[in-house]
Formats: sequence, structure tokens, C-alpha cells
Amino acid sequence: MDIGRFFQYIASGTAYTLGVTLIALPSGLILGMLFAFLAVYAGKIATRFFSIYSTIMRGIPPIVLLFILYFLMSGAINLTPFWAGSVSLGIISSAYQMEIFRGAILSVSADQMMAARAIGLSKIQAIRTVIFPQMIRIAIPGWSNEAAIVIKDSSLVYAIGVPEILRRAQLISASTQQPFLAYTTAAFIYFTLVFITNRLLNRAEQKLTIPSNP
Amino acid sequence: MIKPILTVKNLTKRYGEHTVFENINLTVNEGDTIVIIGPSGTGKSTFLRCLNLLTKPNGGQIWLDDQEITAKDVDEDQVRQHIGMVFQNFLLFNHLTALENVKLGLIHVKHMSKEAAEAKAREELARVGLAEQADHYPGQLSGGQQQRVGIARALAMDPRIMLFDEPTSALDPELIGEVLEVMRKLSFEGMTMIVVTHEMGFAREVADRIVFMEKGQIVEEGTPDQLFYHPQHERTREFLWKITELYGKKEKEA
Amino acid sequence: MEWFQLLQRFFGDFMQGAGVTLELTAVGLLIGFVLGLALALAKTFGAPGVSKFATGYIELFRGTPLLVQLFLIYYGLPSLGLTLSQTLSAYLALGLNSAAYQAEYLRGAIQAIGDAQMMAGRSIGLSRWQTIRLVILPQALRLALPAWSNEPISLLKTTAVVFLIAVQDLMAKAKRAATTTYNPIGSYIAVAVIYLVMVFILDALLKWLERKTKIPGLETDTNPA
Repeated sequence: MDIGRFFQYIASGTAYTLGVTLIALPSGLILGMLFAFLAVYAGKIATRFFSIYSTIMRGIPPIVLLFILYFLMSGAINLTPFWAGSVSLGIISSAYQMEIFRGAILSVSADQMMAARAIGLSKIQAIRTVIFPQMIRIAIPGWSNEAAIVIKDSSLVYAIGVPEILRRAQLISASTQQPFLAYTTAAFIYFTLVFITNRLLNRAEQKLTIPSNP
Repeated sequence: MIKPILTVKNLTKRYGEHTVFENINLTVNEGDTIVIIGPSGTGKSTFLRCLNLLTKPNGGQIWLDDQEITAKDVDEDQVRQHIGMVFQNFLLFNHLTALENVKLGLIHVKHMSKEAAEAKAREELARVGLAEQADHYPGQLSGGQQQRVGIARALAMDPRIMLFDEPTSALDPELIGEVLEVMRKLSFEGMTMIVVTHEMGFAREVADRIVFMEKGQIVEEGTPDQLFYHPQHERTREFLWKITELYGKKEKEA
Repeated sequence: MEWFQLLQRFFGDFMQGAGVTLELTAVGLLIGFVLGLALALAKTFGAPGVSKFATGYIELFRGTPLLVQLFLIYYGLPSLGLTLSQTLSAYLALGLNSAAYQAEYLRGAIQAIGDAQMMAGRSIGLSRWQTIRLVILPQALRLALPAWSNEPISLLKTTAVVFLIAVQDLMAKAKRAATTTYNPIGSYIAVAVIYLVMVFILDALLKWLERKTKIPGLETDTNPA
């Protein structure tokens, strides 16, 4: 097999890796942010419930959760491994993203809420116009980190048979007897994906920085 | 005959394009207390740090007694134990008690036995009035006490000369007195000292010579009487007027 | 109840696997600490070349999945003439990977202690290395502890992928239970609970360690004087 086809074969797994990431990350974002606001503002029971949710989800290795959720989903609604894996990773990420957003909300000081209410904004309005814009800026570095983790964790769906980068590297290393080259190529692609993501999010962070004197 | 302990010739420090100070000359004799005054940001702290090589000067020479310490083959650690330094922010070792702070250099630089170091360290702490606080951590001491530990730590090395870099400017007003008191005592005991400070009362009372630095240069140098009552330069006059205006009031109130 | 029977039947097996998991965590953590500390010091105090190398190492290992690193070591290295057993490969991959993360925790603390304390140390005549050893590290290690506490737990969870090269850890036992009983969900939930318990115990241990190494007055600005 010529070297060009070799790389191309592994790189074609990138579509699956990106697909998994682009499903898992946004679904984790929506759930995580929702959970975070509920945990902070929806009363004691919600706080308690999401604290338990987060502790359990973050206390179990992602691969174990992936297997549990995958078998639950494929048993109940007959999803393909790709979809089951992506949604599972999204659910797992939701717990981590919830913690990032919850921390960010809490670090916007309580005084901000008071000041917003003092000018007559409702609680929802205050969250939307005062808390949210500040919280999102604080959350970006942590979220950027989580995005990189989800890209890397997408390699876990290898274990349920999705033909992503790692799976392809394994297949071709078996047929060409070039495992070192195959896995180095896979590592290089993952590294590039993580690197680009970090760069993009860094730029977003700089753009959103609120000006102040040093 | 009076013997110079520290001689500074044409000392220059630059960061890239920016010149911090240029061609500074200074002679410090045994037992002298030199107070350096001047506006913030005129290179006084950098100058002090250059004197014990914590910052490397770009040009000029420094002699400690007869040794040129800016020469190439000098063992800097050897030099520094003979030049004590007290920092604006104390810079105590936060993981060590007051006693251990003072002991550290004795054991690892002077290679004293643990017992000897302990005895010496207790002595130095007593000298700054902190015998009782020996086992406190820095975080358990007031700012004034921390600074006195800083002085004890430097004194323990038996330095030829002590450098004080704005030792009281990070302190609350009510804690400044205890630190100045220790410094005053040291000066009267004959310790050779260079002090950068804004405490004009201290300068007037204790200094043998006052050096006024501005924009990286020594503008004027003389006895407290000369500088306070007969300044030769307009800039010296202006600076002293401003600073007594600012600090003088506080002194009266206190 | 079916699930309890499963747990009962495989309990010995699971405990054995949990032992392997803890071993993997401990060895990985140790290799990672030694190497990570070296990397953190190299990055902070090393000559430009050394510092660049440390940065490159950290970026590379943090920027790629552990699973890829594991396969590269276990399947890839033999083609370069270095064949390691499954367990050794797992130790090495976990250690090299953890080193990159630990280096970042430690570097943050070393830099926070950094220049000011270095200056104080040098001012009484301590050498650079003496200051690092006697002044900076004792403080930096304590300072790094709260952030560093994430690493043992994170690493414990990370070890769960090494069953993919057939190391007999807790996850491998779960897979065996799943295939023999045709009850994958029950099996994986059983080991999930065991992982949770291990994480809780480890967490409590680390919290205790944090309290134990606290320097009076350092974290707070209360002055009893």
C-alpha cells in the first residue's frame, strides 16, 4: 500500500471523530448550562439533585458510563453505535460542563444580582442581561479545556466499533504491519484537532475580554 | 583612617532601550548609614538589587571591601551572604517558622551545626524583639513582626553591610515605628546600611548622608542638614517640600 | 434480585480487578509525579532549549488521547524493537500521560511562589538549586496540592481504558461478567459503583492530606497577633 493511501485511510476517520465531537460537545453544552442555572437558581431541591447527578457522573470513568449508556440506548431505541456513542459522550460531558458553568455563575458576585434587581429587573431578566454575559466570559477557559477533553474522549467510541481515527489506525496497522506509523499518524491528527480548537477558543476569549487597566 | 566598605563606580542598568540608571557613583564607609530618597520609579530599588547582584548591572563596577564583586569569576552566593537585604514585601519563607527562616541560611550557607544555628537564630530574633514569636509562621505574624524577622534573617549572616529596600512602605502606619526602631538601633550600633525609604523623620535623625535620586541619576548628596535646609538643586527642594507635606502631617498626627 | 446475584458471583473477581486498577493508579501517579516535577522545574528554571522541550512534551501528551498513547506504546514500540508487556505498557502510558498533567499543576504553583522567594533565598546566599530545594519546592508542593488532588482521581478513572490492551483491571472483569451473564448493563453498573466508592475514598484521603500539610496562617490573612 502506498504511503498516501495509508495516511488518507486513517485521516478519513476524522469525519467520524469530528462528528462525535460536534454532537457530544453541543449537547453537553445545552444540558450542562441548563443544569447549572437550575442548580444555582431553582431552589434547594434542584441544587441537591444536580449536585448528586454531578458527583455520580464525574465519579465514574467515562468509558464505563459510555458502555452503560450505549447498552441502555441500543437496547431501548436501537441507535447505531455512532449515535449512541455521541449522545452518551454528550451526557457524560454535561456533568463536567455543568460544573464549569456553575462555578462561573457563582463567581459572578451576588452583588451583581442585587444591583440588577435594584433597578427593577426580574430574576430571569437579571440572569439574561447581567449574570449570563459575565458568566460566559469566566467559563471560557474551563470550557476550552473541556472541548479538548471531548475531542480526546471521542476516541473511546473506538471500543463500541465506530470507525473513527483510532479504529482506522488499528485496522490499517494490522493489514500493513506498520503500527508505529499508524498510531503516530492518529496522534498527529488528534493533536492538530485539539490545537486548532484551543486556538479558536483562545481567540474568542480575547475578543470577549472586558477592557480594564492592568 | 576611614575605610570604604562599598564602592560603586559608573554603575549602569538598562532594560533594552530603557535606562533605569546610569553612571552612578557612591562610596559607603564603615559604619555609615546612607539614606536614598527620591520619587517612585527612579531606579532606587533596582540600584539596591544591583548592589548584591540580584539584578545584573549592564556596566560599571562594585567593590565590597577590596573585592570587585562585578568581576567575572566571582561566586555570587559567597558575595550575597556578606550583603544583607531587607525587602519591601518582607519575602519571608512562608513555609517556615520565624526561627526556621533565620536558621535556613546559617545551616545551608554558613554550614553551621543545627544547635549552633538554633542558638544564633534565637539570639538574632531576640535582637529584633521577637524571642517570643520564634515558633510562629509568617502568616501568624503582623506585618511589622514579619519585617523584623526579615531583618533578623539578614543579620544572622553577619553581613558587612545591610540594604533596606523601602522596608516600611508595605506596613500599616501603626506598625512602622517598631521596624524603624530596630533600624535605628542597628545604625547606632555601627552597622553599615543603605536604606531606601520615604520616612523623612528617620532619614533626618539617623542618616550620615542622604542621597537624592531622580530619573536614574544622583541629583544631590549630603548630610541631612545640607539637604533639608540648604538644598543646592531646585528639584531636591521640590521633592522634599512635597514629601514633607505628605508625610510630615502624618508624623504630627501620630 | 438478579443484579445482586451478579455482584455476588463476581465479587471476588471484581475485587481482584479493583486491586489492579489501584496498582495502575499508584504506579502511574508515581512515575507521573517524578517526571512531572522534573518537567515543571525544567519549564520554569531550565535553559531556553530545555524549557522548550518540556513545553513540547506537555503539549503533546495533553493534546492526544491516552488511548492513542497506549496503543502507540503497546502495539507501536515493538516495531522499533522495544516490546513491553501489557502491564508495563499500561504503567508507562499512564505515567507519561500523567506527568504532563502533573507538570502543569506543579508549574503553576512553582511560578506563583517563583521570583520573589527566589530573590529572598538568593539574598542570604543560597544557591539557585538550594533555593529551589529548600524554599520553593516545600511551598510549591503544598500550594499545588488542592489543584493536584484532581490528578489521582482523574488518573484512577483514566486507567479504565487499559482493558483494551487486555490488562486485567476492574473494567476487564466487568467485560468478562458481561459476556458470561449476557447482562452488560448490570455488570457495568456494578463496576461503576465500585469505581465510585474508590473515588470517594481517594477524595476523602486527599482532603485529609490537604488539612495535614496546611501551613498555619498561609492561606488566610488573619493575624492572631
